[in-house]
Parts: sequence; structure tokens; C-alpha cells
Amino acid sequence: MKKEQRKKLPRRDFLKNVLRSCAGLMLPGFLFAKEAGKKAAALLLDGLYNPAEHSWGMGIDINKCIGCGRCADACKKENNVPNVPFFFRTWVERYRVFENGETLIDSPNGAVNGFENLTDERTIIRSFFVPKLCNHCNNPPCVQVCPVGATFQTVDGVVLVDAEYCIGCRYCIQACPYGARFLHPETRTAEKCTFCYHRVVRGKLPACVEVCPTQARIFGELKKKASPLVRFMRMNKIRVLKPALNTEPRVYYSNLDMEVR
Amino acid sequence: MSMHFSVLRKPIIHGEKTLAQVTTDVARPLETRPTILWWVAFLTSFSVLVIGVAAVTYQIMTGIGTWGLNKTVGWAFDITNFVFWVGIGHAGTLISAILFLFRQRWRTSINRSAEAMTIFAVMCAGIFPLIHLGRPWLFFWIAPYPNMRGPLWVNFRSPLLWDFFAISTYFTISLVFWYIGLMPDMATLRDRAKSKIKKAVYAFMSFGWDGSTRTWQRYETVYLLLAALATPLVLSVHSIVSMDFATSVIPGWHSTIFPPYFVAGAVFSGFAMVLTLMIIARKVLNYEEYITIDHIEKMCKIVLVTGGIVALSYLIEIFMAWYSVNEYERFVFLNRALGPYAWAFWTMITCNVLIPQLLWFKKIRRSLVIVFIISIFVNIGMWFERFVIIVTSLHRDFLPSSWVMYKPTIIEIATLAGSFGLFFTCFLLFVRFIPFIAIGEVKGVLNYGKNK
Repeated sequence: MKKEQRKKLPRRDFLKNVLRSCAGLMLPGFLFAKEAGKKAAALLLDGLYNPAEHSWGMGIDINKCIGCGRCADACKKENNVPNVPFFFRTWVERYRVFENGETLIDSPNGAVNGFENLTDERTIIRSFFVPKLCNHCNNPPCVQVCPVGATFQTVDGVVLVDAEYCIGCRYCIQACPYGARFLHPETRTAEKCTFCYHRVVRGKLPACVEVCPTQARIFGELKKKASPLVRFMRMNKIRVLKPALNTEPRVYYSNLDMEVR
Repeated sequence: MSMHFSVLRKPIIHGEKTLAQVTTDVARPLETRPTILWWVAFLTSFSVLVIGVAAVTYQIMTGIGTWGLNKTVGWAFDITNFVFWVGIGHAGTLISAILFLFRQRWRTSINRSAEAMTIFAVMCAGIFPLIHLGRPWLFFWIAPYPNMRGPLWVNFRSPLLWDFFAISTYFTISLVFWYIGLMPDMATLRDRAKSKIKKAVYAFMSFGWDGSTRTWQRYETVYLLLAALATPLVLSVHSIVSMDFATSVIPGWHSTIFPPYFVAGAVFSGFAMVLTLMIIARKVLNYEEYITIDHIEKMCKIVLVTGGIVALSYLIEIFMAWYSVNEYERFVFLNRALGPYAWAFWTMITCNVLIPQLLWFKKIRRSLVIVFIISIFVNIGMWFERFVIIVTSLHRDFLPSSWVMYKPTIIEIATLAGSFGLFFTCFLLFVRFIPFIAIGEVKGVLNYGKNK
């Protein structure tokens, strides 16, 4: 009788074992994750750059932009963006508002080569350029939808994509209301503006800001009162793109026309 | 119908079938050699499947650029096909689980084949999210399991992850449910099998079914429990698929009515596909006394009701676009109806809203040819519904400077064709190797309406 009982595996024990094995399987993953998190923090410039001390943002002065497109060009060169249309980390749009209120918007090749002269026969009442890029939202719709968590927000407020972890499902590309993302044809992963994070952590400016001849782009700290960005925001009427979507962008425009989408 | 005694209940199975006759009738396609017609159908679908495999292989080797996608339209054919096939996969489990719980005994003639259709459709659906990835070989990264990939973990806020769980759960439960229902029939086939190999295979597949009252009793309990488990899944799968869209901020997607709207559409398209298949199968396999004109008529009524819900959803969507005074929503719906993809929108309206209205007439519901044609139209219309939702919303999104047109490439069309090839190849194999009608269940309703 005793022998027979020993042979059997009671249900209670079976369930216990199942639960234990599940827990055991998970444990190494959790331990490793904790360790790796610490490593990642140390990796950033051997600890010379502390992300908690910064909060990045960008200001764009519409009145200063002349539409030369050097920012878009510099960005492509700096960040190895494929040199064909559709793939832009930053680009410039031209708005033309006609007398009857109609608005035309174009951005030939992202304005990498600038714009052609206007040849419209109708009277244009207003025309201006709008540089665009990833808005590095505080409440980013792209981060929410990434199934594998490859896109994330850094402590200093930059939205990044981990190209090694991205599986290329393109959900973030649809989710972004600013059209800031694209799928890189070679890596097959999602790509976007990083605020030139590799430069910023070394104390340099993003490529587009560096190259702008009129200083229409102002990059800097959002939380330090002495920063040029904070001063720019204090001195101008500031708007963000699509405020109704509650994405809380970190790219701030001054003198933005109501026509801008 | 001389044996028909009940005034209220018409018999479900026509012809004076004996129990033995039912077994022979259902087992016939499995025990005879395939006809030439079957071979023609099989080789055609298999060739199409091979073309699809070639297209997918080329696409994976080369990259997503082989598709007509661009910066603005990042999802198009792939996700359209995915949602289309998941939708088709709704009818089977609805018939076998929900109609079972509602004691709709006419379901017995069609549940087996409809469930098989469900499983094959979900298989077809599952392929698309997989191959549409930029790096499809990493698809398993979407599964949350302990790994050494660093501090990263799946993102439980992403509807795509919910999708992964929804589809895999639905597929698993549907498969188990289907298989459980199959066990008594496998035992029947085992007992009829003449060759040793066949006997061994069917014996294995029947899990040692002995036909005792106790076995039947347990079987019924398991079946009931699985039906109860599968019922919420029927509704949850497409709800979650719809959330892929509804949780995005894209105008035309960002809508709270999406879950019920998608579920109704899925049942609508699923039943249309069941009708398409059954009308052919009952003729070819000579099952007209099992899958009777009454069955067809009942399914038509379901198509009519769910089609009505779909039509109402279209109306509500347009109403909300107007009533919300949201200029983006308004623009999207105007653009759908009058923009460059208006032809797709009006195809959808014609096939899904206008044509199914014919089913109000009993004469039409009982005319096989017309029902067949209507069911094809509904299938087309429901494919276009997904195309309209996905492509028209994306091709003119928030950013006017990047507005583009989308055109599918030959690779995408071959992939869609290939998914149909896979579906029909599986279905034709199913017809040859697994009883098309649930023998045990049909025997249970043989005396329905014949109170002796």
C-alpha cells in the first residue's frame, strides 16, 4: 500500500512543483535584468555624463528660418540616414497661404537641397518655412505602442530607439502624429531623430543646430534658467505642434502660424 | 418527410437516415479515392501556395522594400490581410461554442467544417504579422519569457502584444475544442479502418476512446466547459485586433466603437466564408441532406443581422466625425468617400451594406446561386473594409507634406494569393482526412422533430 502511494504524484505536489519551476525559470531573467540596468548607467561615457542633471529641448524660431535645408542635409550626413526621399530625421516644410485661405504645403526631398523659387500665379498672402523633427514628447504615443519596448525615454527627456532590440513592426511609425519615424532599409529597424544624443552627451550641439546659418534652431536645457532655450521661450510666444493630442512635445516653436499642422 | 410528426420543429437532417447511414455517408470521402475534381482543386491551391511561399521568401531575403509601403503608409496589404483572415476565423468557433451554448442544434451539420475553416484562417492570419516585421527572424522577442537580452522586457502597454496573446490563445483553444469534438469520430474511423496503419493512426488520434457512457459523459462535460471558455474568446480576439487601431491617435482609427464594430464585421465575413465553402462542399460531397437549405437560410439570417450592425457602425463613424467637430476626423471621412481611394470605399459600401440587403427576401435566402454570389461579395467587401480603414487613414495622415499614394507590388499580391493557397490546400486536405461532419453530433439530432 505504501509503495503504491509513493509511485503516485499527488495533485497538490504536482501543482506545487509546476509553480516552483515557473518561479525558478523566471529568476535568472530578473537577476540579470537588475545587473544589466546598472551596467547600462555606467556605460554612458564611463559615468562622465549624468543624465539626471539634464533635460533637453529644442526651440525653433519660424521667423528666422530661410528654408536653406542645410539642417536636413547635415542630419543625413551626421546620422547616416539613407540619401533618398522618405527617409528624414529632420526636414523643412514650406507653407503657402493663398488669398482664398487655401494652404499648400510641400517639402521636396525634405528640403535637403533647399526650395525652388515660387512661381505661383495666384497671390500668396503668407509664406514661411517650418523645420520639423521628432518632438521628443513627454507623453510619447510611439513608446506606448512598441511591443518589445525597444523605444524608450531617457532620463534627460530624449526618446530613443534601441536598434538592436527593434523587430521592425512599424507600429511606432503609424503611432507618431508628427511623421518623425521611418524604417531604415538596411538595419530594417525604426529610426528617428535622437537630438544627436551621441553629440549631446559629449557637450556638443545637435548637427542641425550647429549648421543652421540663421540660428533658427535653439538647443538646450529646459530646466536651467540661464540656458538660451529658456530665454528664447520666455521672450517669444511659444506653441507646440498638435497640442490637442496631449503628447507634450519638447520642441517649441515661436511665431507659429495657425495653419501649421 | 413521412416521418415528420412535430408541428413546431422541422427535422434538421433530411432523408430518412439511419444511424449506420450517417456513418457511411460521412466516412465516404475518407475511404474512397479522390476524384479528379479534388486533384485539380488541390494542385491549383498548392501551386498558388508555392507562389506565395516564393514571394515571402524573396521578401524576407530582400526586405520590406519589396512591398509598396512608404514612409507614411507603413501598414497596408499585410495588416489588411491579417485582419481579414482573423475575421474569417470567427465563424467557426462562434458556431461551435456560442451556438452550442444557445442550444442551436442545427449547428451540428456545419460545426466541424466551420471550425476547421477557423483554424486554417487563423493560421493564414498569423503569418502576416510575422512576415511584416522588418526583422521577422526576431518575432519571438514579442513573447515575454526570461531571457538574456539585457534589461529590456516586452511592453505590456502595447496593443500589438495584446494581439499576440489574443491570437495565440484563440488559436490554441479553437484547436483543442476542435480536436476534442473530433475524438469520438476518430474512434468511429478507427473501428472502420481496414489497413493496419490507418487503424493505428486513428486509434492514436482517438486517445483510446471506448464509447462507454462514462467516456461520453466526460466528453460532454469537457465540451461544455471548452465551449464556455471559447465563447468570450470569440468576442475578445477581434476586439483586441481592433485596439491595434483604436489606441493609435490616427484619425479614422482613434474610435471607441471599434471593438464591437470589428467583432460584428468578423462574424459577418466569417459566415460569408462558411456559406461560400458550404454551398460548394454540400454539392461536391453530396451532403445536401445534411447541410440543408434551412441551414443556408439560417446562416443568411446571421449574415443579414451582422451586416446590419456593420452598416450601422459605418453610419455612426461618419456621424461621430461630423458631430465631434474634429477637423481631422471630418477630413478623413470626407477623404474616404471622395478622395483618391473613394473606389475602395464605395466597393466596401456596395458589398457590405447594399448587396446583403437582398437577404431580407426568403426567396433569395433559399436560392443557392444568389446566396453564393452574395457571400463572395461580402468576402470582397470585408477585405476592402480593412483596406479602407488602414490605407485611407494612413495615406493622408497628420503631415500634409508627406501625403502619398499606396500601390501594392506584385510581391504583396502574390503573398495574399499565397495565403488563399494555404487556406484551400489545408481545407482540401481536411476534406480527405477528417470527417467533414461531426458524426456523433449529427446522430444526436437525427430524431429532432420526429417524435415517434
